[in-house]
Amino acid sequence: MNHQDKRMEDPRYKIANKEALIGVVLVIVNFILWYGFAYGMGSGPVEEYDYIFGFPAWFFYSCIAVTVLIFLLVILAVKFLFKEVPLDEEDEK
Amino acid sequence: MNWGVVIPLLLFLVIIFFIGFYASKYLKSSADFLQEYFLGSRQLGGFILAMTMVATYGSASSFVGGPGVAYTVGLGWVLLSMTQLATGYFVLSVLGKKFAIMARKIRAVTLVDFLKERYQSKWVVILSAASIIIFLFSAMAAQWVGGARLIESFTGLSYTAALFIFAVSVLVYVIIGGFRAVAITDTVQGIIMFFGTMIILVGTIIAGGGIESIISDLAAENPDLISPYGADRSLTPVYVSSFWILVGVGVVGLPQVAVRAMSYKSSRGMHRALIIGTVVVGVIMLGMHLTGVFARPVLPGIEVGDTVMPRIAMEVLPAWLAGIVLAAPMAAIMSTVDSLLLLVSSAVVKDVYLNYVNPEASAKKVKRLSISVTAVIGILVFAMAVQPPDLLIWLNLFAFGGLEAAFIWPVIMGLYWKKGNASGAIASILTGVGSYILFHSFMPQAFGMHTVVLPVLLSLLAYILFSLLTVKRHADIQKHVFQKLWSA
Repeated sequence: MNHQDKRMEDPRYKIANKEALIGVVLVIVNFILWYGFAYGMGSGPVEEYDYIFGFPAWFFYSCIAVTVLIFLLVILAVKFLFKEVPLDEEDEK
Repeated sequence: MNWGVVIPLLLFLVIIFFIGFYASKYLKSSADFLQEYFLGSRQLGGFILAMTMVATYGSASSFVGGPGVAYTVGLGWVLLSMTQLATGYFVLSVLGKKFAIMARKIRAVTLVDFLKERYQSKWVVILSAASIIIFLFSAMAAQWVGGARLIESFTGLSYTAALFIFAVSVLVYVIIGGFRAVAITDTVQGIIMFFGTMIILVGTIIAGGGIESIISDLAAENPDLISPYGADRSLTPVYVSSFWILVGVGVVGLPQVAVRAMSYKSSRGMHRALIIGTVVVGVIMLGMHLTGVFARPVLPGIEVGDTVMPRIAMEVLPAWLAGIVLAAPMAAIMSTVDSLLLLVSSAVVKDVYLNYVNPEASAKKVKRLSISVTAVIGILVFAMAVQPPDLLIWLNLFAFGGLEAAFIWPVIMGLYWKKGNASGAIASILTGVGSYILFHSFMPQAFGMHTVVLPVLLSLLAYILFSLLTVKRHADIQKHVFQKLWSA
């Protein structure tokens, strides 16, 4: 698209595009941590597992700790990175 | 009949009806019937938005099927289920404000409305409306069968009678209250699902003598029950990871979920929904599947996976509490079915009838038609669910992945790639659905991944390739689309 298009574009889309990217980054972080803990710690023989609060360590980290961490990251992202914009058109209502 | 279990369920139905009546007031007074009936006039706040997304997405499989598999497979299945955590934040952040803003610019009521304006093509509209009607109709029927089986299992009523109760309950509140009733009942149902999950998890842990003793019982029976590979070591990392496509990011392509991303009132509501939705979906998925695994030492030897949930609830909880907890899967099924019912109706009325059969229909006629179409679809689904035909069961297998493969790129690329055009979208829908059916029939789980992965990749390639090949042909239309959707 040419230069003029960019200038004519709805300014709210810049914010929207950035936030969509944040969603993609979150999912990638989520995946890497989930995968890393599960198969990094859980691939060995079961007899050699460590345990945390009764759970095998791989499970505790990848399914419980990562889930809580993602809750926190989502909260932080929304609080500090997401911007409020009006959604309605000015001429409506 | 087990009254301790039945009374909380009856109460639940009564509450749901009241919500239907409450919402019907809005429907009567609304100036724009279609916007209210199919989209609640875009008035959803953050909490309701989060709950209706989670509840629509969370279905029989999260509460009945999933825990049943977890019972057999072990912690590996919980690991796989946690791929669904992404649905809590991914759909709303990726479709996000752009979808909400664009939908408002063109006053879209359905996902197909958006596709119609974005691609300006009759074939995109017809193909997408047809996929929605065919796939979601069968998905709905399958959920009704699940709902009826559940009522049958703890009331002792016959299957047909149970199906009748289920069908009438859902139809009444959807018809009188529309989207608003669906969203508010979804919220009540989501709350029940959330607390039901916590109660049953805690109850099961106590009955099993604590987490440590449950885990050591499991390890003693079969060490692989507590490994990430599953009881028979069949869960490979590649297979489990491929669920990130099916139930994680691919959910963006499900029309029943996507339509909710244009129903909220303000960006503040969307922000709250992101947080609430992620927490609720995380707790429910972790809790329910973990309960399925923990049920194994408590109630060994259950053969039919689907009965694990009802049986563990009745085993570890007092009857009245079990009734509340068992309302959760019921709520999960209902909240999925009500959304599908409304969506299929909107595809028939708004996307097909008003676009191509009678664009000039009067407001009164549209109103009568919407309500009667919802009723007729409901009755048809009931008729199908009494004795599900093979074709329907076959179609339902593709409903989830097929719709994802069809819609994910026309929606996402339509929002974020200005060069995407109608040829790309048509190619993408046809490639997605077609290759999904072919892979499913001839090469299931190709390269050890879930069948959905390759069709999703192929439909992306088709979208890009055909859009680039036809840039010239669509140049004028694209300019018009840019004016309408992108310019300030």
